[in-house]
Amino acid sequence: MAPRALDYESLNENVKKVQYAVRGELYLRASELQKEGKKIIFTNVGNPHALGQKPLTFPRQVVALCQAPFLLDDPNVGLLFPADAIAKAKHYLALTAGGLGAYSDSRGMPGVRKEVADFIERRDGYPSDPELIFLTDGASKGVMQILNTIIRGESDGVLVPVPQYPLYSAAISLFGGSLVPYYLEETENWGLDVNNLRQSVAQARYKGITVKAMVIINPGNPTGQCLSESNLREILRFCYQENLALLGDEVYQQNIYQDERPFISARKVMMGMGPPISKEVQLVSFHTVSKGYWGECGQRGGYFEMTNIPPKTVDEIYKVASVSLSPNVPAQIFMGLMVNPLKPGDISYEQFIRESKGVLESLRRRARMMTDGFNSCKNVICNFTEGAMYSFPQIQLPPKAIEAAKRAGKVPDVFYCLKLLEATGISTVPGSGFGQKDGVFHLRTTILPAEEEMPEIMDSFKKFNNEFMEQYDDRSGYSRM
Amino acid sequence: MASVSLDTINPKVLKCEYAVRGEIVTLAQALQEELKSKPGSHSFDEILYCNIGNPQSLGQQPITFFREVLALCDHPSILDKSQTRSLFSADAIKRARQILDQIPGRATGAYSHSQGIKGLRDTIAAGIEARDGFPADPNDIFLTDGASPAVHLMMQLLIRSEKDGILCPIPQYPLYSASIALRGGTLVPYYLDEAAGWGLEVSELKKQWADAKSKGITPRALVVINPGNPTGQVLAENNQREIVDFCKKEGLVLLADEVYQENVYVPEKKFHSFKKVARSMGYGEKDISVVSFQSVSKGYYGECGKRGGYMEVTGFGPEIREQIYKLASVNLCSNISGQILSSLVMSPPKVGDESYESFSAEKDGILSSLARRAKTLEDAFNTLEGVTCNKAEGAMYLFPCISLPEKAIKAAEAVKTTPDNFYCRRLLNATGIVFVPGSGFRQAPGTWHCRCTILPQEDKIPAVVSRLTEFHRSFMEEFRE
Repeated sequence: MAPRALDYESLNENVKKVQYAVRGELYLRASELQKEGKKIIFTNVGNPHALGQKPLTFPRQVVALCQAPFLLDDPNVGLLFPADAIAKAKHYLALTAGGLGAYSDSRGMPGVRKEVADFIERRDGYPSDPELIFLTDGASKGVMQILNTIIRGESDGVLVPVPQYPLYSAAISLFGGSLVPYYLEETENWGLDVNNLRQSVAQARYKGITVKAMVIINPGNPTGQCLSESNLREILRFCYQENLALLGDEVYQQNIYQDERPFISARKVMMGMGPPISKEVQLVSFHTVSKGYWGECGQRGGYFEMTNIPPKTVDEIYKVASVSLSPNVPAQIFMGLMVNPLKPGDISYEQFIRESKGVLESLRRRARMMTDGFNSCKNVICNFTEGAMYSFPQIQLPPKAIEAAKRAGKVPDVFYCLKLLEATGISTVPGSGFGQKDGVFHLRTTILPAEEEMPEIMDSFKKFNNEFMEQYDDRSGYSRM
Repeated sequence: MASVSLDTINPKVLKCEYAVRGEIVTLAQALQEELKSKPGSHSFDEILYCNIGNPQSLGQQPITFFREVLALCDHPSILDKSQTRSLFSADAIKRARQILDQIPGRATGAYSHSQGIKGLRDTIAAGIEARDGFPADPNDIFLTDGASPAVHLMMQLLIRSEKDGILCPIPQYPLYSASIALRGGTLVPYYLDEAAGWGLEVSELKKQWADAKSKGITPRALVVINPGNPTGQVLAENNQREIVDFCKKEGLVLLADEVYQENVYVPEKKFHSFKKVARSMGYGEKDISVVSFQSVSKGYYGECGKRGGYMEVTGFGPEIREQIYKLASVNLCSNISGQILSSLVMSPPKVGDESYESFSAEKDGILSSLARRAKTLEDAFNTLEGVTCNKAEGAMYLFPCISLPEKAIKAAEAVKTTPDNFYCRRLLNATGIVFVPGSGFRQAPGTWHCRCTILPQEDKIPAVVSRLTEFHRSFMEEFRE
């Protein structure tokens, strides 16, 4: 019989090339073990509510009212919902084109896009155009859209940091482009050296690749570093000189755990540099409701903002967005609420601030606890989580462990992480899923487990790790010399 | 030269077209602005959007029970409050609790399993089984942000190059042509027979299939939209059996767009899912691959803005399921509220439930109104000179055929547009009514159509009919030989 369309051999090769470790082998194994009754601590994905973080009350009240607008006519509604939530619900319903059940403008509701633009202006001090802001079903969809627009074929390259969040490598594979890696310096706190960039670009060009864009993730994922203003200026200058579009993944901008390097947007720095850079560099910035202190991953709400993209290109991007009709409307309301928060004097303001601060301060404490915990383990060194939601410790695997991994047919960090999972129920993502220098191994975990459980988790990890290191120590058992 | 400009972006993006939100709609929006800023500047005082299947934007009310459950799931902390019982029906509270129990940690803000929450997939599978009389496996179900992303995913999987062909009905819903263009594949048209109520002749399928093969195209899949969009026909069961046999014989994946399954307006036709038809013929997993798409956007629920839907993928091996899962996982998951709604649509209130009576009344009210509007508009089109309009047996559209006079065709050529676009522009400017030109859906060469939705509220229909009739009369006068 002739090969059928959905036989493995006849699938799109680009699909087969895609890898996305965040929900890959480790996660699948952890899910299996969970089904068998083992207690699993999922630290594989930045999914705060799954680990007990509570949603902020106010946005949920507003969206619930928008879902069921007949409540607004009920005289008893004030018994369950505060007046400012009721007012906000009416505000957002008025911005929709027929309530939550109608497709909005394919770019998202104009009213919410205006609120996003106002937020950007307040944050950065430079005006932003709502017409260049597109709301999407999560930032990931926006990233995919932009990369699909840029990549024509395998001779188009995109600079991606290593380690990176594997959405970028997956999307580039899917669209048949080339990933051009630039290495972050672990010993320099995961810093970005422009010389590394230049080298990467030169190597790519030598292979006949046209490097078209550069991705920065700030704060970094999985590495957590926050870029300094001078670093951002270097990057922008570099993009200008090398004619690269800059894709600024800034989804973790609210997650900052140190005070030396607060978040500063790529756009703010770019505008501050004045022409020609402020007028020429093509920038797309991404944000989401999934991270920060909101953690509303399940809503799938995000946006991208375009700067210096030619109008005809914007039209093409709009056209492709229209094929999917519109982003989901409830998430657009979450986005509006996030960028246009409550003010002092609002009835729900105190509660909102208390809840928000509670989350952020706890994240800051957990970032410290985890970093210190990892650094107290044998053969583990861990840079501080300056921002985002992850810890990315380096695990110095002894040669015997690496050999054992080879024999088991596993990549060394996968081997370590599987053993960690079996022993402790802690489900992480091996560093190979994010890219790392040859022979250097890491794992990524989130800082999201509940604060009360952290000490036990870190103890559990330490016990496993130190036993593992004992077992595979060069000095124990027979010598290989 | 800037990196991201029209000359340097992905040419497949340029190739992709989507008329439903194309030129006519942009013109309509501009007119709408004018009506606001300069009242009385046109002979009509409102734009009547008949271009898009977006019921709630035109006043259709959402199903109360569904919205109650969604609101409670958005804000579960009110479930335990006594006042909630006075605002929500008891069975909505019960259903919300049931659903929340199926969500790990009751966290509706967390990313779920990439195929969607297991408990909801169980509910949907049970709903499919109740509908069809054949079992459905929850592991075959992938919940997506609307049916459209699921279609994109399958095209990604199936299309390797322009040598891969996808058989599509002409006229078709332009998501298919757009998606195929974006993936660089080839659309292989098969023509529906307007004279036979938009019937699908298997001889036509065979002819087009053979023709494509002779040109070096590998046909991979057959798209069938049932009930049809824009054509509205509901396939007869024996017709469906022929199609199933054809796909089985030629090893084609059957992509069954069944999003209008609840929109059937004629007593002599019934919706039968293609999976049911295949199973009733004795064909199992090894015989034929069928992918069924369903959505919360249509039916009697019309929840377009929620972006909820799923695909049920049967008849393929585990390696393929892995690949589909992998692609789904890159986007993490679809929005949770949409997932919940999909489960409600496939498992609505039953006889005996507290909300059943009011739910039934709402559902029947909407469906009978749609049937009436379909008939009224069909009759209206058939009274127009040179216009014939097939019955809308299902879906939400009418697709009248307009015999445009030579003079009009020449006038269209003179302004470099298609005759049907010319007609639609004139109609818009004269009446404020927005149709989509038939060219947006493709049609038999030399014929002209437009697509008109049946969605304006019943009290607006007389105005649509009278304005359309008057416009058409004067248009035909103007372009009479």
